[in-house]
Amino acid sequence: MAQTSAIPILKLREFLIVSIQVDLHDKMAEQLQHDILKRISETSAKGVLVDISALETVDSFIGRTLAETARMAGILDAELVIVGMPPSVASTFVELGLSMGGVRTAINLDEGYDMLEAYIEGQISHKKISQTEGEEEVGDEADRD
Amino acid sequence: MKQIEIREEADILKIRSEAKEMAQEIGFGLVDQTRIATAVSELARNVFTYAGEGEVRIESDCRPRKGIKITFIDRGPGIEDVELALTDGYSTTRSMGKGLPGAKRLMDRMEIHTHSGKGTKVTVEKWLPE
Repeated sequence: MAQTSAIPILKLREFLIVSIQVDLHDKMAEQLQHDILKRISETSAKGVLVDISALETVDSFIGRTLAETARMAGILDAELVIVGMPPSVASTFVELGLSMGGVRTAINLDEGYDMLEAYIEGQISHKKISQTEGEEEVGDEADRD
Repeated sequence: MKQIEIREEADILKIRSEAKEMAQEIGFGLVDQTRIATAVSELARNVFTYAGEGEVRIESDCRPRKGIKITFIDRGPGIEDVELALTDGYSTTRSMGKGLPGAKRLMDRMEIHTHSGKGTKVTVEKWLPE
């Protein structure tokens, strides 16, 4: 059996929920990244909530890996939200000279969930609009014929 | 004083939690504990990445101040240009180049002794607010 990060990735409707309850070393972080992306592709999840409220430190490697994972998830059409970064970790992270570079963050799971729902609703209505526009174009052409 | 060897990635976790624990015992607040643990994490990773192995000493003595002192010793290739290595964003590996300069910002004092081909000794201190 393939090695996994041993961090459970739960599926809840169209979302995945990951709660990191152990201190991560670099290989574990990389493995978790791999596992999350694999689960997204297996489940066609539309969003991922990654709860880091139990992490005592987020150093440059973990920070980069999380930010990378978010961007990779985006390419797989899943929105990833980092949830619950403790204030002491957030301030240290910035002092270290890092930024989450466009990654969505939320204060807790509730907020993160709302954020994902709003994002997905926005995406659906956006798709509907572009579909309607597409139909109209087809209609226009049909009229011309 | 605690002395811990770095031989594998899991040792970085051990060092991080030992440093945080000692920082807490000394009386540092949560934010400073986090700063210390994060800086230690960056510096221990440097040892592992560049030298493969080394050792770390954590002590509650940084006279004349009160605080914590952590020393990282390796017999790796050494740092060719310390000034450059302390520049934000400079890295000889795939990393973001935040390790050394970031750790320096999080701590109150940093001292680097390095000899090309012989190794590196990095000492950092964090002082208790007076």
